[in-house]
Amino acid sequence: MWKWIQAFASPKNFYQTSAKIIPWFLYLFIGLTLIGLYWALIASPADYQQGESVRIMYVHVPAAWMSLFIYIVMAIAGAIGLIWQIKLANIVAKVSAPIGAAFTFLALVTGSVWGKPMWGTWWVWDARLTSELILLFLYLAYISLNSAFDNPKTASKASSVLAIVGLVNIPIIYYSVEWWNSLHQGASIGVNKVSMQIDMFIALMLISFAFKFLYGALVLMRSRDEILIREQNSTWVKTLIMKGEK
Amino acid sequence: MTKRQNRMVLVALLLSGAVLAITLLLQALGSNTNYFYSPTEVAEGKAPIGKNFRLGGLVAKGSVVRKDMLVSFDVTDNKNKFTIEYTGILPDLFREGQGIITTGSLVGETFIATEVLAKHDENYMPPEVADALEKSKK
Repeated sequence: MWKWIQAFASPKNFYQTSAKIIPWFLYLFIGLTLIGLYWALIASPADYQQGESVRIMYVHVPAAWMSLFIYIVMAIAGAIGLIWQIKLANIVAKVSAPIGAAFTFLALVTGSVWGKPMWGTWWVWDARLTSELILLFLYLAYISLNSAFDNPKTASKASSVLAIVGLVNIPIIYYSVEWWNSLHQGASIGVNKVSMQIDMFIALMLISFAFKFLYGALVLMRSRDEILIREQNSTWVKTLIMKGEK
Repeated sequence: MTKRQNRMVLVALLLSGAVLAITLLLQALGSNTNYFYSPTEVAEGKAPIGKNFRLGGLVAKGSVVRKDMLVSFDVTDNKNKFTIEYTGILPDLFREGQGIITTGSLVGETFIATEVLAKHDENYMPPEVADALEKSKK
C-alpha cells in the first residue's frame, strides 16, 4: 500500500496519469453545467417568496460549499505534506488556495447581490457572513505566506501550519447559523432533510457536482505546471521538453 | 519516536491548540456574537436597553399599520411582543408572519427602528406548493 502510494505520488507518474484524467473532468464539468443551467434557469420553479431571485442560490450555495471543501482539502494536503513530506501533497495544497479564494469571493458576491433585494442590505456583520469573510482572508494569507519564501520546502511548511490552524474556522462557518442568531438562514440541506422542492434540489446538486469537477480539473492542471517548474532540473522533465511532448 | 511520529504529534497539538483557543474565545464572547435579541430576551432585560440594539422576531399577523411613510407593527416570538415604529422603505420580503431583524432603541414600550431587514428561512418551494400548504393548514 505504502509503496503504491509513493509510486503514484511521484511527480513523474502523477504528471503522466493526470494528463489522462483532466479531459474527463472537463467533459463532466461542461456536461453537468449545461444540464445544471437548464435545470436552474428553466426546469426549476420560482420561489413562493423570493420569486426569480431564488436562482442566485444555484451559484451561491455550490460556491460556498466549494469554499469549505477546498479549504479542507488544502489543510489535509498541507498536513500530509508536513508529516509524510510528500512533495505532491504540498503542491496540491499550494495550487488549491487561489481556486478556493475565487469560490469564496464568488459566494460572498452572489450572497450580497441576493441580500440587497431580499434582506434589504448588501452586508451585515452576522456570524455566517463574517466567518465566510475570514475564510477569504485565510486563503489570501495562505497565498501571501506561501509566496513569501524562495525555498518551496520552507514555504510549504509555514503555510501548511497556517492552513491547519485556520481549519477551526470551517465548523464555525458551517454551524454559525445554528449556534448564534444570524440574519443568514439555516441550512436547507442536511443529512436527512431537504427543505427544498425537488427540481430546485436537482439543479443545486448538478451545479455543485459541476463545480467539484471544475476544481478537480483546475487542481490537476495547475499541479502539472507546478511540477514542471519544481522538477525542471530532473532528467525526465528535460527529456520531455527535448521530445516536445505534452 | 520516529521523526514522522514526532511531526504527527506536532500537527495534532497545533490543531487541538487552535481548537481550544477558539472555543475559549467564543465562550468568552458569549451572547455578544448574537446578531439580534428575541422579544423574550429583551423582556428579560438581556438586551442593552437605552442603547441601540437589534430586535428579531416574526411580524405579528394583522398588526401592520401604515400612515404615510410611517409603518408600525408588532414583532413577536409567540411569548412576548414589542411594537416597532419605522419610517422608510421596507425590504421585498417584509410581510405579516415574516421573520425580520430591526435595529433601533427602546423608547418606553415602543421600539423606534432605524433599519428593518427581512430574514429568509431555509424553505424553498414554488408558489403552488406554498398555496397548497396554506390551504391544508386551514
